[in-house]
Amino acid sequence: MAVSEQAAAPLKIGRKAGLLKGMWSGISVLLASKIAVVGLAIVLFWVITATFAPLFTPYTPLEQDWKAPNQGPSSAHILGTDELGRDLWSRLIYGARVVLVLMPITESFWLPGGTALWGVIVALIFGATLGLVGGYYGGWIDEIIMRLLDAMMAVPIILLYMLIMAALGASAVNVVIAITIVGTPGIARLVRSLTLDIRTREYIRAAETRGENAWHIMFMDILPNARGPIIIDAMLRVGYAIFAMGTLGFLGLGIPPPSPDWGSMVAKGREFILTGSPWAAMWPSIAIASLVVGLNLLADGLREESMRYQ
Amino acid sequence: MQNSSTAPSNTVLDVNNLQINYETRKGDIEAVQGVSFRVAEGQTVGLVGESGCGKSTIAFGIVNFLGANGKIVGGNIRFQGNELVGRSQEELKKLRGDRISMVFQDPMQALNPSVRLGEQLAEVLTCHRDISHGEAWERSIQMLKRVNMPDVENLMGRYSHQISGGQQQRVVIAMAMLNNPALIIMDEPTTALDVTVEAAVLDLLEELKQDFNAANIFITHNLGVVARVSDYLCVMYAGQMVESGPLKEIFRDPRHPYTMGLLACVPRLGDSKLESLLEPIRGRVPPPAERPKTQCIFAPRCDYATEECRQARPGLTEVIPGHLARCIYALEIQNRKRTRKRRKVEGSAAHAQVEDTDEDLLKFDHLKVYYTQESNSVVSLFGMGEKKFVKAVDDVSVRVAKGRTLGVVGESGCGKSSLVKGLIGLEPITGGNVHFMGLDTNMPVTERDTKLIKEMQMVFQNPDSTLNPSYSVGSQIARPIRRFKTVPRGQVKDEVIRLLKAVRLPPTFYERLPRQLSGGEKQRVGIARALASRPDLIICDEPVSALDVSVQAAVINLLLEIQQVFGSSMIFIAHDLSVVRFFSDDIAVMYLGQIVEIGPADAIYLPPYHPYTEALLSAVPIPDPDVEQKELRLSGNVPSALNPPSGCRFHTRCPRRQEMLPDGGKICETEVPPWRTSDRNHRILCHIPLEELRKIDPVVKVRKDDG
Repeated sequence: MAVSEQAAAPLKIGRKAGLLKGMWSGISVLLASKIAVVGLAIVLFWVITATFAPLFTPYTPLEQDWKAPNQGPSSAHILGTDELGRDLWSRLIYGARVVLVLMPITESFWLPGGTALWGVIVALIFGATLGLVGGYYGGWIDEIIMRLLDAMMAVPIILLYMLIMAALGASAVNVVIAITIVGTPGIARLVRSLTLDIRTREYIRAAETRGENAWHIMFMDILPNARGPIIIDAMLRVGYAIFAMGTLGFLGLGIPPPSPDWGSMVAKGREFILTGSPWAAMWPSIAIASLVVGLNLLADGLREESMRYQ
Repeated sequence: MQNSSTAPSNTVLDVNNLQINYETRKGDIEAVQGVSFRVAEGQTVGLVGESGCGKSTIAFGIVNFLGANGKIVGGNIRFQGNELVGRSQEELKKLRGDRISMVFQDPMQALNPSVRLGEQLAEVLTCHRDISHGEAWERSIQMLKRVNMPDVENLMGRYSHQISGGQQQRVVIAMAMLNNPALIIMDEPTTALDVTVEAAVLDLLEELKQDFNAANIFITHNLGVVARVSDYLCVMYAGQMVESGPLKEIFRDPRHPYTMGLLACVPRLGDSKLESLLEPIRGRVPPPAERPKTQCIFAPRCDYATEECRQARPGLTEVIPGHLARCIYALEIQNRKRTRKRRKVEGSAAHAQVEDTDEDLLKFDHLKVYYTQESNSVVSLFGMGEKKFVKAVDDVSVRVAKGRTLGVVGESGCGKSSLVKGLIGLEPITGGNVHFMGLDTNMPVTERDTKLIKEMQMVFQNPDSTLNPSYSVGSQIARPIRRFKTVPRGQVKDEVIRLLKAVRLPPTFYERLPRQLSGGEKQRVGIARALASRPDLIICDEPVSALDVSVQAAVINLLLEIQQVFGSSMIFIAHDLSVVRFFSDDIAVMYLGQIVEIGPADAIYLPPYHPYTEALLSAVPIPDPDVEQKELRLSGNVPSALNPPSGCRFHTRCPRRQEMLPDGGKICETEVPPWRTSDRNHRILCHIPLEELRKIDPVVKVRKDDG
């Protein structure tokens, strides 16, 4: 068919241009907000240093320098050393690796994507599914799901974390499980409320009159339209997850030593704060705070800017 | 310059060459320019135009509500002789005082939901006038009586959500009148209301105008409404005033192509697709950034445009004193030939050939759609209480023959949408039988066979939510094609492009996202999506209600064309009786879950009428000041379907039973009326005998004299 060929040629170009244009418009929204740019800079700093950690430091995080324990910043060790003489900068950025870039499954097998990210992704999968099902079906299904999740939310978060980790034991996989269990109810609530709104739109009626099955409607028609708030919420949740990892590490329930972990670094370094070398505790605290603040700024900036665009 | 009745021109507001800009990120945008008009005491000036033409901006400019980024950059506004432009907020307050009031479209948002109505009304007076609360209260009561509210003392203690939409708007109007303002600005005050309620509110405005002698500015997109209330008309297009003059003058002898187009693209009550054609204005109102700066702003859509029109923006030409038009050909436009030919919608009459066959495509008998109402009592908590039902559709029987169009009309809350939802399987049917293509279709859509589903598709009302914002136009039309396997896999894209062409959209729309489309374009895509499965029956639920009039005409023409080409049957729901009359072969009038009158379209619009149909017809605003219309108004609102009136459901509001039945129509309160069948399958559900109903005069009469 001549007509369709003529039509098809410009269409292909159109698609590529459309994708680029879409990405550019996303980036321009982000750049329009100063808050988001600051947040992005902080987050990118950690992601880049963590990803290319070996390039940014001559030491490994486990290398011990017996001659120089508990030192302040110097030209050899830019952030100083801990009580075993390990380089704090190396431990810091290798610690960021575990949080943001790689997740240790076993000694030799590492999964791409940091522990905190995996926790939030798995929580998103469960939370979104439960929220969609509850919101779309409504009735007693919704009632059961939401009451169960309410019950989970009634337990204080820190207690829940400790219970789960104590029961499962300390490992990266178990941290992911803990983050998932704690994060799911909140995500489910958010997705449910978005679903309740979106399911009343006429394009959902159109899908129903087409006889689409419920899963198609939920995941193909409703979920894509809820993505904006979900992405922003997920960014905040990565921040919470980092915070939670820090807490668990501090309590000795996080990723087991000797692998560098910000929380356990604070826990170890805390003993030496009063003896005149606060560095070992201070740097990881600052790292956690900066990353959480960075993610919050990013999410806030994006939210404000995307609201303004509506 | 005025016709007879109005007072001598005691000018209250004089707007001269007003220009308003909005500052945006992309620079200043001209929202309004070159607007001049004058409002005298006791006079109403109508501002008409499609959405985005700057009507509301003018109103906000007058009261200085333009917001942080809007500013008046030129022209004058003189209110009672005082210049308003260029003064500080404080000075303005002093000049205007409480002499200007506004009435907005949505009464729900104008009233504070958490303050009793009486307090809100009294506050207007205690705030602006130095009077006691008691006196303010007294005056508020009087004003509410003045706007024909029932049971006023009781009403003062109620909250806004406890009264109906029409009553809310009356309260808002009362509030606006309380200070006895010199100028009242009404911004689409009846758009959110049902026709019957709208008619009553318009009557009220007319009365108030005579009593209070205030100057009125009436903003609306509805030519019928403006024809009913205005003395003087300003037609707005893309921020410019393109024509102004006395109402009758403009309706009889429009001199700007845009005004002519607007008048030609709405069906008059009684017009039918068999004898006339709607003439849409091509294209759409350009967004402010895309308005041509160096040529006539209307030239891109104009049928008469020549090279000369593209040289410069035209000024206002005086046709006769008082009648101005912004067109260089204003004096001769009636005699000019169109420089661009219109695409003909071929043989619209060909359609009439479909005979009244015995072959029913869709038939439903005694259809019932009930919603259960949860009771709040403790007993029902344990599942022991009496279940209550909202009888949205109660015992309705209709048949739709192949290739014909059934129109369904009625006020909101009469069960029109529930009826089609029951048919298409979105709501479970409580009782009765539905037969579609000879098959039993009593089950919800999830249990229906794919073959059955694809034969019945729907076009929705709201263009903004009819398309999924996450997917491109192409993939949304392709989805039903893939699902129903209308064409082999490899040809899906061709089929989508074919459908896009069928709804008059270029193939480049394939990759567009819904947010890049205008309302009319979205609605076309919605129609293409419904056509994708090649259905035998298309259900249109108010497909044009949310569109601007010029776009509305194009979509109606498109639907007619599609019906011819594809031979599909349609069920067409709308609250606009002129549109339904134009579009349908048969019409069913619904009231409170029941059909009260059904028959061929032309029969419905002539006596004998069901009293409800008669009232509906007399409420329709007709865009022609020369047409005389009966004033038959319904009191109150549609009663609750939870507990419908006994006997004839319409008896609580029926304007005819008192005079036309012996005994004042006692029978209507107790007994369900019989179906009375006149010739040609025209049936009326009423106690009044057909012979009596036939004696009623037709609702619409064309006035012969010249005014």
